[in-house]
Amino acid sequence: MLRVVVVHPDLLGTYGDGGNALVLVARARWRGVEAELVQAPSHVKLPEGDIYCLGGGEDGPQERSARILREEGSLKASLDDRGVLLAVCAGFQIAGNEFPGVGGESVGGLGVFDAVTTRGVGKRAVGEVLVEPSDELPIPLLTGFENHRGVTQLGSNTRALGTVVRGTGNSRESCSEGAVSGRAIGTYLHGPVLARNPALADLLLEWALGDRGVLGPIDDSEVEKLRDERIASFRRRKTGLFGCRFSNA
Amino acid sequence: MTRASGRFESFPLRARVAVRTAWVLNAVSRRLGRGEGTVVGGSVALMIDGNLLRELTADREVALVSGTNGKTTTTKLLVAALQRGSSVPVVTNSTGSNMPAGHLGALIDADSGAPAVLEVDEGYLKEVLDASRAKVVVLLNLSRDQLDRTNEVRMMAERWRQALRSAARRDGSGETSVVVANADDPLVVYAAEGSANVVWVAGGQRWRADSTGCPKCGGRVVYNETPEVTGDSFDPPWACACGFVSPEPEAWIVEDTTSRGASVVFKGGQELKMELLLPGRFNYSNAMMALLGARVFGVSPSSAASAMAEIGEVAGRYSTRVIGGVSTRCLLAKNPAGWTELLELVSGAGGPIVIGINAKVADGQDPSWLWDVEFESLKGRTVVATGERCWDLAVRLRYAGVDHQVCPDPVEALRAGRELELRRDACVEFIGNYTVFHDVVADSGGSNC
Repeated sequence: MLRVVVVHPDLLGTYGDGGNALVLVARARWRGVEAELVQAPSHVKLPEGDIYCLGGGEDGPQERSARILREEGSLKASLDDRGVLLAVCAGFQIAGNEFPGVGGESVGGLGVFDAVTTRGVGKRAVGEVLVEPSDELPIPLLTGFENHRGVTQLGSNTRALGTVVRGTGNSRESCSEGAVSGRAIGTYLHGPVLARNPALADLLLEWALGDRGVLGPIDDSEVEKLRDERIASFRRRKTGLFGCRFSNA
Repeated sequence: MTRASGRFESFPLRARVAVRTAWVLNAVSRRLGRGEGTVVGGSVALMIDGNLLRELTADREVALVSGTNGKTTTTKLLVAALQRGSSVPVVTNSTGSNMPAGHLGALIDADSGAPAVLEVDEGYLKEVLDASRAKVVVLLNLSRDQLDRTNEVRMMAERWRQALRSAARRDGSGETSVVVANADDPLVVYAAEGSANVVWVAGGQRWRADSTGCPKCGGRVVYNETPEVTGDSFDPPWACACGFVSPEPEAWIVEDTTSRGASVVFKGGQELKMELLLPGRFNYSNAMMALLGARVFGVSPSSAASAMAEIGEVAGRYSTRVIGGVSTRCLLAKNPAGWTELLELVSGAGGPIVIGINAKVADGQDPSWLWDVEFESLKGRTVVATGERCWDLAVRLRYAGVDHQVCPDPVEALRAGRELELRRDACVEFIGNYTVFHDVVADSGGSNC
């Protein structure tokens, strides 16, 4: 039985990222793998799981979620053991070393990623994003929607999930997006990210299942249409597929 | 243009120039067919005179209606109710332009002294409240909506709270606005509790994902699913351990299980039966909020209820039309809270369902919220996905296990929906978000079937 845990949906459920867990469970079941989805609100002890999903949320709830997870300690322990993590937006920041709290002060994260987030100046990064994944990840272009003010700097122990083709990602300067560390992935992409990028969902499932299951092909024709339409939307806007240094100039 | 022009003679020069410019621009806009001619003139007038809203509301009583969902409907219901007590036409921004430019557009054409009911975008409540010194403010609900261009919902609750507090401080004269506020929504209660004069109403809020965290302490708001509403002591439907708790409402809705309609029950025990043409339990809540607002203007609840009962559609919403040859009931839902209510509404009807999703600026450009909607409840129904973001919806429906077709063009989608239905006379239920809804209703040419 594969168990997918949505961590603190009451605090980190603002941006539709709960859909990531629905995608994971459905794609496992469609391959004949028994899977269950567990909602883990912040007032109950975090249950054991194979894949943990952290989503986006507002500043106050984000700080509260981080404090609870740090005090409990079980999420970090599970990830150190064999757990798989998908952390999105506020959840991505929580999984780093530190992030800005409500008052702008630095709040300690879980340290899953060697990453520090500070509050950016100027406008929020809002809009469609295209990301070229890192070479070692066997997945195609990532598409998603970002909506954040964070500037995330990766340390030497954490790789980026990919390079920003369009959009902002971790910061306007770095052209990097998200983070990969062991079997944990962090990203700023909503959409939800796994709904738009089934190959990333299957990668997380493979990490979690190991030799417990084989993921056969399934019909992703509608998702492919969605991906084509989203990628084509950049061309429609005549912005072209420039690199992020061009697009942010 | 000459009808109301005399009353502007007393305005400062800048305001007079602003008003006359707006008239000319609105007339040109209407002549060119570029719209209903309220926003363009209002926008320019606002640039010429930033205080114009204050000038134009100084000689009239004003009611404001705000909230994430139901504000256009509640505004229309309140206008109908207030018209019963007014000899001149009640002013309102009925075109749905709910920011100050739209308010000005409506007010510059209004009769002097006519009462005004203004639908206000959540983000502009403070500005419009400060300028208009409204007699009544109706606050419906707050939930996530268009997060790419508006504030997160807690921030909005905080801004409302500050706006209502400063309004209360400003009017030490006892002329503070009466706030008619939804006691079932913790975020609305947080916003309104600092006002000097609140009428709490149990307006319902089925969507709770934005208010399970206490807006005061960050703790957990616990809901009591079966509160005792008829006992002598008040049994609060929600509370947080910090002491933040649902206030006791002055009125609530009791659905009538034996016949159409529902009753508004007042704290003193009186009951008022309402029978609306508008469908859905949520519209009874909207009507109750409007009814309490109208009462402040001296309109009796029974008079208000009979006026509101005549409203059959709101800017095309809830109307049944023939579109592309297909009998269609037109419904609008643009966020998870609105969808939660509408899913219950369409569950009672058996026809095919066509869902349209766009992601233009007015819709919000990130349709991730589709994953917050319980589309799983449509399993077994015939569904067609349409609109510019039909593939986002198709993917959502696939993961929800809902059989569906995809048809990007909305009118073609309605035809496809009818073809899928064995009973060709069945009404297709069309549910669209903001811009796709307007495209579809515009295509109907307004002909009711």
